[in-house]
Amino acid sequence: MAEADLLHGFGGQLMRGAATTVQLALASLAVGTLLGAGGCWLQLSTRTASRTVGYAYAAVIRSVPDLLLVFAVFFGGAMTLATLTGRHVEVDAFLAGAIALGLSFGAYASEIARGALLSVPDAQREAARTLGLSRAQTMWTVTLPQAARAALAPFGNQTIVLLKQTSIVSIVGCDEVMRKAAEASGATREPFTMYLAAACIYLALTGIMSLGLEWTERRVSRLDTR
Amino acid sequence: MPALVNGAWLTLTLTTLAVLAGIALALPVAMCRNAPLAGLRAIANAYILFFRGTPALVQLFLLYYGSGQFELIRHSFMWPVLRDPFWCVVIALGLNSAAYTGKTLASALATVPASMREGAFVLGLSRLQAFWQIELPLAVRSALPVLGNEIVLTCKATSLASTVTLMELTGTARLLAAESYAPYEVFLGAGLVYLALNYTVLHGMRRLEMFLGRSR
Repeated sequence: MAEADLLHGFGGQLMRGAATTVQLALASLAVGTLLGAGGCWLQLSTRTASRTVGYAYAAVIRSVPDLLLVFAVFFGGAMTLATLTGRHVEVDAFLAGAIALGLSFGAYASEIARGALLSVPDAQREAARTLGLSRAQTMWTVTLPQAARAALAPFGNQTIVLLKQTSIVSIVGCDEVMRKAAEASGATREPFTMYLAAACIYLALTGIMSLGLEWTERRVSRLDTR
Repeated sequence: MPALVNGAWLTLTLTTLAVLAGIALALPVAMCRNAPLAGLRAIANAYILFFRGTPALVQLFLLYYGSGQFELIRHSFMWPVLRDPFWCVVIALGLNSAAYTGKTLASALATVPASMREGAFVLGLSRLQAFWQIELPLAVRSALPVLGNEIVLTCKATSLASTVTLMELTGTARLLAAESYAPYEVFLGAGLVYLALNYTVLHGMRRLEMFLGRSR
């Protein structure tokens, strides 16, 4: 076991950290997709107030570092819980990270979704309505499938960005791969080895995601009739 | 409040230096990626793959904490630089940004029509002149919108400097939030400073795009 020697027995810890990284990315993706759908709905609303809120959400969150959001949710959340319950409460780092990264992902996702929906020509909608489809049917069977195809690549790329961004949640103590690498660095005094191992894990994860995305894109482009 | 201003100033300094380093390095990366030699292309692609496939935080920690693992580096002339968190952040974010910008620049260069170069040759320009005066300016102009976003991403990434003891905007906000027991006000304030900085960058880039696009 040459590899185990190189990592001084920390390989298992790093792999457990990688599992948490993937879980954190999935949780953030779930939160972010919901927020993105909501943000997109607001941006496309006919009411000016809703549109303003939708655009402000996307513009403000996208110009603020994810780390600041993580701090705001983590320390702000602790403050709020302390005020509500009257005693000191420790906020779960995983939960705070998922909310903060979800907020960030949602802002990008709302812009992607809006762009994709607007890329479907109006004629498609009008034709569907002329054929007697209801508004809901038009949305679900004509507009959304075409928009989903346009959104696939940017949405996939943003998901890869999200996976890499989970690394910053280690700073507030979430036990993912970066945190494990930091602990292993402290114990072995070999920070380069440990962070390089973490880098390889991220490289493998993002590599798999890129290949999966490319494969899906190829599959989807076969449906293209234009 | 003055602490936030100092933090914002450090954020601005780090962003400027990292962006400049990124642009300077992006040109060789782009040229290697488009090079006729397969070896050079492989090096550029490996560089881009590593820096785009791993988080900037890992890259920063590899440089700042990782470099100390090696006796050789600790006794080399590089050590005063690599021991300093400020330069580590500039180098790490510069290398990171160069991968993204280099990839963008490479595809922008590849899309400059070959007829442009041929026309330049016909007019008597040398290869070097054709590249610097015709191809590169055209490529930069078409890559500008992406470059603007890249500057914003680099500005946001400077928040990672707070993890290696540099008290820039995010680090200062975290400290103030803990001291003042008013986390919302402090984080909101810091967020608004980032918003102002990045709005200025994007607005400035749009003005630059319009200015450079006027000949189109």
